[in-house]
Amino acid sequence: MTEEIIIAGFGGQGVLSMGKILAYAGIMQDKEVSWLPSYGPEMRGGTSNVTVILSDERICSPYLNQFDTAIILNQQSMDKFESAVKPGGLLIYDPNGITHHPTRKDINIYQVAAADKASELGISKLFNMIVLGGFLKVKPLVTPEMLHKGLEKSLPERHHHLIPKNEEAVEIGKGLLTPYHTI
Amino acid sequence: MTREDIIKPENLVYKRTPVLTDATMHYCPGCGHGVVHRIIAEVIEEMGIQDNVIGISPVGCSVLAYNYFDVDFVEAAHGRAPACASAIKRLRPETFVFSYQGDGDLASIGCGEVVHACNRGENITMIFINNGIYGMTGGQMAPTTLEGMETVTCPYGRDPKIMGHTMRLTEMLAQLPGTYYVTRQAVYTPAAARKCKKAIRQAFENQKLNKGVSFVEVTSNCNSGWKMTPVQANKWMEENTLKYFPLGDMKVDGKFDPKFIERVGTFDQPNETIFSLRKK
Amino acid sequence: MAKQLVLMKGNQAIAEAAIRCGCDGYFGYPITPQSEVLEHLMAERPYLTTGMVVLQAESELASINMVYAGAAAGKRVMTSSSSPGFSLMQEGLSYIAGAELPALCVNVVRGGPGLGTIQPSQSDYFQTTKGGGHGDYRLITLAPASVQEMYDFVELGFDLAFKYRNPVAILSDGVIGQVMEKVMVDDYKPRWTNEYIEENCPWAATGHRSTGKHRIVTSLELEALKQEAINDRIQAKYRKCEEEDARYEAIQCDDAEYIFVAYGSAARICMKSVELARAEGIKVGLIRPITLWPFPTKAVKEIGSRMKKILSVEMNAGQMIEDVKLAVDCNIPVEHYGRYGGVIPTPVEILDALKKMIK
Ligand SMILES: Cc1ncc(C[n+]2csc(CCOP(=O)(O)OP(=O)(O)O)c2C)c(N)n1
Ligand code: SF4
Ligand SMILES: [Mg+2]
Repeated sequence: MTEEIIIAGFGGQGVLSMGKILAYAGIMQDKEVSWLPSYGPEMRGGTSNVTVILSDERICSPYLNQFDTAIILNQQSMDKFESAVKPGGLLIYDPNGITHHPTRKDINIYQVAAADKASELGISKLFNMIVLGGFLKVKPLVTPEMLHKGLEKSLPERHHHLIPKNEEAVEIGKGLLTPYHTI
Repeated sequence: MTREDIIKPENLVYKRTPVLTDATMHYCPGCGHGVVHRIIAEVIEEMGIQDNVIGISPVGCSVLAYNYFDVDFVEAAHGRAPACASAIKRLRPETFVFSYQGDGDLASIGCGEVVHACNRGENITMIFINNGIYGMTGGQMAPTTLEGMETVTCPYGRDPKIMGHTMRLTEMLAQLPGTYYVTRQAVYTPAAARKCKKAIRQAFENQKLNKGVSFVEVTSNCNSGWKMTPVQANKWMEENTLKYFPLGDMKVDGKFDPKFIERVGTFDQPNETIFSLRKK
Repeated sequence: MAKQLVLMKGNQAIAEAAIRCGCDGYFGYPITPQSEVLEHLMAERPYLTTGMVVLQAESELASINMVYAGAAAGKRVMTSSSSPGFSLMQEGLSYIAGAELPALCVNVVRGGPGLGTIQPSQSDYFQTTKGGGHGDYRLITLAPASVQEMYDFVELGFDLAFKYRNPVAILSDGVIGQVMEKVMVDDYKPRWTNEYIEENCPWAATGHRSTGKHRIVTSLELEALKQEAINDRIQAKYRKCEEEDARYEAIQCDDAEYIFVAYGSAARICMKSVELARAEGIKVGLIRPITLWPFPTKAVKEIGSRMKKILSVEMNAGQMIEDVKLAVDCNIPVEHYGRYGGVIPTPVEILDALKKMIK
């Protein structure tokens, strides 16, 4: 099993930390992992993305241009990464702020209206976990136990009391997942 | 009233100086760099020297200054802007030359160049943006970082025993005979910005006299690096930075300002901590 | 605490390895994309635990001269930077080689020339392997291709530096510096005691004339004949190093008709291209030089000579290809594929280049 994922959105949306939690959960499940962020000053308030790979084998390239899954959180990233999903692959996006919805017919596309839900519940900091939930519903790559362990590893100890809230947000995301186009 | 009714020359109260280009600045909202750019551009416009000026940009957040000024520019290596400015002024003495540097660029890696350009009394204008941090590279400690202030390379607060003292390079430069005009300004309020503009105008006018370096420090903020909102950052600057870096002239027309002499007189207690954020 | 599995960035792995392998001092200056080395050290504060000195210097010029002097005093010291900063260090590196001192310098390369870009590149291959500073010297150069190797090569780098009393470079890039992967970290090893240094580093200026003779660390010799003799000694070390310490990894070369030669992150990307090519039935392998100087000439010659063609894949305009051509004595056609200026080639792009070469 190898899963190659791009997560892309605005800086500040928790793109990098979502990837990190996924990577930690992968380690807990004895997988090889790689997490490669975009970096530099142009990230300031601009776009931010991270490539996460989970695999049962040694990971070749941490840098990729085709992905099994794209998790997309703004229009710029949609423009850039819709075409980078492998045929038969998966695209998950939050429709909030998306003006041009994806048009590909050869991939599975789902929506997770995470931003609206997060602001409705007043948990905008957990927005990324809701999105992650949507992804894990389609591809249960890591078990809830391993996700829990991953959260323990990636969050500093003083934030450990927030882990249940994070897990709740993941569950909310699973419930929010709506198919947009499936093959 | 329609848009067209409003946009008429007689209704114009404020417009962008033609010395700035149309490019959108990449600076974070609330950053002092943009304000200082505008002030310099206005001074160049008002002095009518747009076609007779060369700017030197540093390595730091303002590395792209050349995209924002519609005047000739040379981009220097990290810290070397004073050397570049010296050479250009000597080779083209009829041209107004100014360098523009951050505190990492000027006070850390470029400390040697700035001291020697000032010591040689180069006939140039130097603008020094002191925001107490390396903005460009993601918020590392600068020589100007306040004692006790947290940055990514002093996450437990700057400890002078390990990391050295907060450096007031401008005060040192004022004491070199090659500097003619040395002042510390700010741009965090409209009043401060107006004063700063006067100082920058003076610093450019001085080049006509051929008397040496005119040096304007602008104590500024870096809300991204300080991890604050722009409003918080300005307030924090007023309450903290300005205690250690007081505003005002240090040297005018080649003579020390009396208040500066008084202030420097209090420096002689060895290792005196003038201002610290550290919890005792 | 025994061995431990952690997830960290390549840059953090450099810092963590330094603390754990008993490094005495780190001196550095911020620059993207390697600032996390200094940041991690400042967050960990090893000066409170192992006693390792950590200092943010005022420039790379200062950093490398702090390293020079620390090494002269017999300590295990290092610095790290990225391309523009590494250029500033060249004078210091030449002095370190000239004075025959051990030191470790990490370059997390970004695209040049000049201020260039902050994105990953391999355009400092010539500078690092052919002697970027003045004089007849070599930098022993290690090219990590994973975060684990970033970690491992710190201790290996110090070992080689002390074995040959010569500066060692870790030549990495923005991908390996910024990527987070699993790393197995070692238990903390104690730093060398002053007594140990006194006994094992008779050349070091420790301040104690225990041998009864003062020790001078210098790279100056005014008499040409004597300077030539010093150079002979240094060159003899380099021949020994070429003999004993050239390292490489060969991947799927046994049945291959073509090979990629690539190092660092380019090698990682090529691994994926090998996978893609083999799925299409193209028999391609990969030689990954681990030491860039000494270049694994023998291995490239031996494996390369069995191939129909060789593709040197680099994130530059064609630098290592010269060493590959020399290794096979130009008997086998060698071509270059590269992207530069901070652009990373994709696995598919490299596969296409391979197909074009085969045609
Ligand atoms: C030789 C060299 N070393 C390091 C760097 C990385 N670098 C770029 S900008 C900068 C510091 C900028 O800080 P400052 O001058 O305070 O400017 P600010 O961004 O705060 O305005 C550094 C260290 C570089 N470009 N070149
Ligand atoms: S990082 Fe700091 S100095 Fe740079 S543009 Fe933003 S606020 Fe200004
Ligand atoms: Mg600064």
